[in-house]
Amino acid sequence: MLFFSYFKELVGKEVTVELKNDLAIRGTLHSVDQYLNIKLENIKVVDDDKYPHMLSVRNCFIRGSVVRYVELPPDGVDVDILHDATRREARGS
Amino acid sequence: MGCARIRYCSWALPFLFYSSLPRSVKWRKKQGLVEGGHSMASEEESTVKEPLDLIRLSLDERIYVKLRSDRELRGKLHISIRVWESYGGYHVVNHGGNVFPRGLLSNLLWLKWAYDQHLNMILGDVEEIITTVEIDDETYEEIVRTTKRTVPFLFVRGDGVILVSPPLRTA
Repeated sequence: MLFFSYFKELVGKEVTVELKNDLAIRGTLHSVDQYLNIKLENIKVVDDDKYPHMLSVRNCFIRGSVVRYVELPPDGVDVDILHDATRREARGS
Repeated sequence: MGCARIRYCSWALPFLFYSSLPRSVKWRKKQGLVEGGHSMASEEESTVKEPLDLIRLSLDERIYVKLRSDRELRGKLHISIRVWESYGGYHVVNHGGNVFPRGLLSNLLWLKWAYDQHLNMILGDVEEIITTVEIDDETYEEIVRTTKRTVPFLFVRGDGVILVSPPLRTA
């Protein structure tokens, strides 16, 4: 639940998802769910000469279990937003 | 919901007091520590009893993570000192064998520790080292190559993590 809340705060930011098969996809985070499945919009494959499979794909859904890394924007997330997310979660539980 | 907020505030008061003690935050962290506060029945304070406690003691320090597929990471496990100091100490309890952060304050600090029970984690200033072994066709000699790259801010999914440790001191 913790990283689910964290990723919800990152919706709209540009991230790069590196998969376990070494494919790296850069895109705007559209949504995330409790399994950390990710939907990205306006994607661009990082090394598209090596991975031409997705040249025509604009948006994609990535199963959470195939993610190795998610490279996040360096400014990260504001501490206060995290506080609110935790507070909301504590109220819910 | 209003009740929950009041409960949170009154519980926080002893902690606000403790934050003014001369003992440094860093000392308290190293003690694996637990300060005061009222406690409910069947909860015990824990120091380093669970494997995840070792990570907790590495907070805001560099750690070494070994991953599957011959990868290693060296990075900083994220924490915000500002959040820490506002709330003084923290309280971690054991519920049926699981290290469990209690209360709203602990949740905040847990969040800033940026890892969870699956070992998903967020690292800052990360150096990734990928090791590949190539075997020369003629000489059958093994060539070990390492590739390094740095990433400012990285989420690592826990199912790829093999081990987490304080950084190895390389000679």
